[in-house]
This record gives sequence, structure tokens and C-alpha cells, in this order.
Amino acid sequence: MFDLTLSQARDALRARTLSSRELTAAYLGAIDALNPEINAYITVTHDAALASADAADAVLATGEAGPMTGIPIAVKDLFCTKGVLTTAGSRILGNFIPPYESTVTANLLRDGAVFLGKANLDEFAMGSSNMTSAYGAVVNPWTRRGDNRPLVPGGSSGGSAAAVAARLALGATATDTGGSIRQPAAFCGITGIKPTYGRCSRWGVVAFASSLDQAGPVARTVQDCAIMLGSMAGFDPKDGTSADIAVPDFAAACARGVKGLRIGVPREYRLDGLSPEIDALWQQGLAWLRDAGATIVDVSLPHTKYGLAAYYIVAPAEASSNLARYDGVRFGLRADGHDLTELYEATRAEGFGAEVKRRIMIGTYVLSAGYYDAYYLRAQKVRALILRDFTEAFEHVDALLTPTAPSAAFGQGEKMDDPVTMYLNDVFTVPVNMAGLPGLSVPAGLDAQGLPLGLQVIGRKFDEETLFAVGAVLERSAGFTTLPTKRAGA
Amino acid sequence: MSLDAATVRRIARLSRIRIDDSQTLQMQAELNGILAMIETLSEVDVTGVQPLAGGADMALSLRPDVVTDGGQAEAVLSNAPDRDGPFYAVPKVVE
Repeated sequence: MFDLTLSQARDALRARTLSSRELTAAYLGAIDALNPEINAYITVTHDAALASADAADAVLATGEAGPMTGIPIAVKDLFCTKGVLTTAGSRILGNFIPPYESTVTANLLRDGAVFLGKANLDEFAMGSSNMTSAYGAVVNPWTRRGDNRPLVPGGSSGGSAAAVAARLALGATATDTGGSIRQPAAFCGITGIKPTYGRCSRWGVVAFASSLDQAGPVARTVQDCAIMLGSMAGFDPKDGTSADIAVPDFAAACARGVKGLRIGVPREYRLDGLSPEIDALWQQGLAWLRDAGATIVDVSLPHTKYGLAAYYIVAPAEASSNLARYDGVRFGLRADGHDLTELYEATRAEGFGAEVKRRIMIGTYVLSAGYYDAYYLRAQKVRALILRDFTEAFEHVDALLTPTAPSAAFGQGEKMDDPVTMYLNDVFTVPVNMAGLPGLSVPAGLDAQGLPLGLQVIGRKFDEETLFAVGAVLERSAGFTTLPTKRAGA
Repeated sequence: MSLDAATVRRIARLSRIRIDDSQTLQMQAELNGILAMIETLSEVDVTGVQPLAGGADMALSLRPDVVTDGGQAEAVLSNAPDRDGPFYAVPKVVE
């Protein structure tokens, strides 16, 4: 049963050869068995999941199934879920029970999805390793050949990606501010898409950096991601940045092929010291697309090298403002103080972890009097140049192909010496967020140690369909069937 | 440019995060590492470039100025760490 993809499970449910209750109960059992080791879930909602599954089976019996009816998935613990603990991976929200449902999860519920529980993440989605969660690190279901030491699943959607890879969910919601869907998808050997900024509503998603945050799915296949994104996406009047644009049939786009498409190769992504294995996989990906009828074109994105620097001004600046709401007064943790200022300072000292504090302080500094123009305004101008680079490239090509991350999954405790080393993980993904573009990561091969590597497809605004078309060709060509050592049904 | 300890303490105060002396030292080293990375932006010629603030680079939609929700005091207060009737409660702020 665990071999079924989301799409295959959907067919089996509709054919009534499998019930949602059987499927959901099997996944809950797998979570009970494996989650103590993997820690992909912060909260598991056994009873609610089985009740939803029964409701889904009743709907399936009428033949009126929605796009996700009866499909058990995980929800990143950044999406507010009505009546269910929502922590954002932080101590400061350790007791927060939202009285409302995020628009994205409400859309999935409308379409019949079954929620298994809330997936672990880096605190407030700030991290690339899931090591910053207040609820413990997530263990990547993959291990290096002949080496059992635990690896990170990537981040920040590390719990979502690990849950899908270990077959503890058929898919999972995730969010991506600088790479938080694509990098963990690559590290865990699964597929993930960060859609265009504005495609999915941010309403009810705990905010990190509002001009960059975007929700998307992680799942086992390109088709599964297309099905899930179709359910998650759509205009929402409650989010002023939500795009009033029709949601196309993403799943249909998977079958389009790439014949006649022009695929760009940004030369600035060929970094000094890029691993030869990753470079070889990138060339292989280009060859697959060429064989399938695409034309490969060299392009230039000259401001690529400034993407990380601009990001680490813009994202912390927005975070410092967004996280000002955690003051110990209206919700979340409160630490005692003699007066209000002491209460604020003690609450935030106790409630936030080290990485969140660093980012709030960087953000506060770059927005402070006398530094705003030198840092924040300059970063916004560089952001405009990054967008201009992409806009010019897309005059000549339909999509870009790059590696997703500069390395495979690394060990817990590695890259922890200083914050900047960790930030370099996002060098290939951050520019996409800065420009508001869609990006898809597909598992394309293994490194010498047996760990998965991903390729990233970047597209024009609101052209996720081309990403799905290119991604499906890469997926077929790669024939990536290797499974992680830790997984349900193994 | 490099932050001194006094500046780190000032930023912490502006951020409403209490830090002690040993944390100040560590934070100073980490923040200076991040700022050194950020400084590379000074190489970019941004003359005449309009800053890009939003992720969408598009006009934001407006909705009719009407009340669509409200009257949910209990739901709003359901996560309050401390309350007094229909109000949030905090330590005394006015003598």
C-alpha cells in the first residue's frame, strides 16, 4: 500500500478497491512506528484523521469525490489549523491553538484531504537543516552508504519532506521563503514546487518574510505535486497579495513534453568549487531535455552572486517586523516581568531560539535610523536588478535548469560553525524568491555516497505549467526509483 | 562596518530581546559575520534603479470597505496568557 503514489491512491480510492480508512490507518500506524526516530511530525491527529477518512469514504461512495478526497497528507506546522496546536517550530507558540483555518488548508479540506498531523520545521521557517526547531531535529530517512550517522532533511520544510520520503504521508504542505520547499525536497529525494508569489494565499500561514513567503506542496512525483497544488492554489480576497488569476489544470501540463521549448542555463550558477557530481548531473539533465526535443540556450543572470546578500537584508527586515507580534500579551508564551518592557524582553528571550533572535536583530539593525538607506533600500534595488535579470532571460527562454542545492544532505551538526555557512545552502534557490518566480525541484540522481540530488526548474511568473512539463520529462528520464533506508513498508 | 558590543546591546533593546554579556559577545561575532556577507552589496551599481518592495511586482487588489468579520471576542481571547473579563491583562503600566 505504501508503494502507491498520491495519484495512484486517488485512483484506487475512486475505484473503491481501497478505502480512505484503510489508507489513513496504515499511515497512522507507520507514523507511530517511525516518527519516534525521524521526528517528522510535531503533532499527530489520530482521531481527527480517522474521522476525516470515514467522511471521505462516505463521499467516495456517492461517486462525488473531490481532487484530494481521502488522501492522507501532512501539514507543515506553519499553517494555522483550527483547533489543532500550531507551533511554527517555536517555543513561543508552544500552546497556540488557532481559532481559524488557513486558506490553503481550508482549500485542501474542501477538496477532501485527510490531515495526519503537523510537520516539524525550522523555527519560524528560518533554517536549512531543521536543526533550529524547538521540537527537536528531524532525521533524514536517507543515510550515506555504509554510514548510519543521521543526516539533516534540509529546511525549513524538513518535516514535510522527511514525512513524504519515509512514506509517513502521501504528500505534505510546505512553504518556501528562500528555498524551504526545494532544498529539503532535493535532500530527501522527492519533488517540491514553490509556485509563483501570489499563487497560494498566505492567509493563516505564520508569517516570516511576507514579500517572499509562498506555500506549495512536496510529494513523491511531479504529477502528485500538480494535483496538490491545484487544490492549494487560488485567489483569496483575505490576502492582498493573492493573485486573481485562474488556476490551470496543472496535472494535464505534466503530459505536455518539452518539444520546441527553449531551456536556459544560467552561467553564473556554475560557481567556483561546484561539486563535479552536481555539475555532471546538471549536464545530464540538459542532455535529457535536449533528447526530448528542447533547445538548450546559455543565458546570463549577472546579479546572481548578490542574491544571498540581498535576501539576508530583506528577509530579516520583514521578519523583525512580522515577529514583533510575539509580545507575550495576546497569545503564545509569556514570561514574567515587573513592567511591560521587561515582560516583552523576557518573553522573547525565552521564547525565541538563537537563529530567530539573530534574524530579528539583523532585521532591526538594517531598518534602524541611519542604516535604512545603506542596507534595506540598497537591497530592494538589488532585488529589482535580480528580477530584471530573470525578465531579460525569459525573453529568450521558456524555463531555466539549475542544480537545486550546492550539496547533498549533510550530517546533523555539520555546517553549524557559523550562520553564513548554513546560509550558502540557499544560493541557487534564493534568487527565485527575490523575483517572485515559480521553482520546481525534481530528484534526478544519486551522489557517490548514495544520497539524492535534485535539479531545479525555474519558470516565468504564473507559468507553473511549463515547470510541470519540464519536471515530468526530467522525472521520466531520470527514472529515479531508489528509496531511502528508513521508510514505511520497508 | 563592524558592530561593537554597545551597538549589539542597543539592537537587542530595540528588538525587545533580553541578552546577557556572554550572549552579547557571541551575538556580536555572528552578526558581524552576517554583515560582512551583506556588505558585498556595496559593489553593485544601483544608480537610477527603482527599489522593488513586493514579491509580486503587481498592483495590490482593493476590497470593498465593509465589515466582513467580528464579534468573536471569545475566539480572539482564547489564546490570551492572561485576561480580565473581555480584556487582555498585563502588568501595571501606569502608576
